[in-house]
Amino acid sequence: MWLFNSSVGRKVVMSVTGVALVLFLTFHACMNVVALFSKEAYNQICELLGANWYAIVATLGLAALVAIHIIYALILTLQNRKARGNNKYEITDKPEKVEWASQNMFVLGIIICLGLLLHLKHFWYNMMFTEIMGSHVANTPMPTDGFGWIVVTFSNPIYTVLYVIWIVAIWLHLTHGMWSSMQTLGWSGHVWFKRWRVIGNIWATIIMGAFLIVALAFTFYPDALGHLPGKVLPF
Amino acid sequence: MAKNISVTVKFWKQNGPKDAGHFESEVMKDIPDDTSFLEMLDIMNEQLINQGKEPFVFDHDCREGICGMCSLYINGTPHGKTERGATTCQLYMRKFKDGETITVEPWRSAGFPVIKDCMVDRTAFDKIMQAGGYTTVRTGAPQDANAILIPKEDADEAMDCASCIGCGACVAACKNGSAMLFVSSKVSQLALLPQGRIEAAKRVKRMVAKMDELGFGNCTNTRACEAVCPKCETITNIARLNREFIKAKLAD
Repeated sequence: MWLFNSSVGRKVVMSVTGVALVLFLTFHACMNVVALFSKEAYNQICELLGANWYAIVATLGLAALVAIHIIYALILTLQNRKARGNNKYEITDKPEKVEWASQNMFVLGIIICLGLLLHLKHFWYNMMFTEIMGSHVANTPMPTDGFGWIVVTFSNPIYTVLYVIWIVAIWLHLTHGMWSSMQTLGWSGHVWFKRWRVIGNIWATIIMGAFLIVALAFTFYPDALGHLPGKVLPF
Repeated sequence: MAKNISVTVKFWKQNGPKDAGHFESEVMKDIPDDTSFLEMLDIMNEQLINQGKEPFVFDHDCREGICGMCSLYINGTPHGKTERGATTCQLYMRKFKDGETITVEPWRSAGFPVIKDCMVDRTAFDKIMQAGGYTTVRTGAPQDANAILIPKEDADEAMDCASCIGCGACVAACKNGSAMLFVSSKVSQLALLPQGRIEAAKRVKRMVAKMDELGFGNCTNTRACEAVCPKCETITNIARLNREFIKAKLAD
């Protein structure tokens, strides 16, 4: 099977799963922004995406995408290290046009995976998983109260810092990954190469910016977002 | 006016692919700065021979930038910091400072085993070419030049791709040891022309399969290759190779 046997095929798998994950992130960012405007609307989305069969199927599909992306990344990285050989250069001069992110996608991927584990604990284990198992712990927000869980999570400044690092890592990963996936799929040329770079950078900045704004807003103005009397958002 | 400079050359010594290898250094005094880098190495070898030492082995041939034989990794850059679009032989001593230490290494990649010192075995590239970098269609008697019309842009682009001299700087610069810029240039030079289209699908599959078999890495689009390519090949070629390969596989 060429998607496994050939170098170009393996890269195609990376780009297709990558593009699918970017589309998911886009949806996720849109969903998060709702929390800035309405607690009720956000929790309605959370309920829709709770322990329903379609949400569980989608979650499994998403997990499969992530797993394939990671497994292929491991295979590609190991093969590339072998191809490089054991002898390292004494001096390497990085050309200007080579972006840092492009050479450190795997490192960024590891940071993203670690962040993902924390994120799954906060917003999957406490929500969908708890709802399925019916293991709700007293004095914590209900499994479908996504808004409540955001407030709880970002009341701890350590988590805010970790989430910001995570968001920046994903942003860097995407600034390379988005145009790179189009290049791998062959949809690039003298003109489209430049277009994809611009589109990729803008897209990555918009969605990761949205995540960042929500995280910061809930850290600094949780009461205002919860519509507590007398609290007004400063923006 | 040429001025003389003195430099220390730190060069790689290695007896064959199995040897661990090590650096040695030699002080070069009063080298005129209009000396080419390879001429400086010639002078260094004279100096080494006069001291009863073994000369430093490196590849070179035409010394006019067109053969693709020279292959030195100088101060962290394949072919050194030449003018854009030039190989090691077009590097001159005026690019270095007086008193500088110049580190000279071989192309380091599993695909290019060291033969001796900085001379590496690039037979792998020949094998990739043998796998499909040609046309075998019977063209009959010579045709009129205008019998097959080719747009100027395509002809120019094909010519640019064909200017790849197969020096291997792309592999040397790539952190993945990938040969994609070379293979894509060689696929492109034929894929862009009607004469090459006939066998395009077969060619791209064979050349990529051979490249993988020889142990070159997977391209991750870092663009390190195009930054150092002495013939200014671009990763647009790699996108074209990907397109050709995916098309060929989907048609199977």
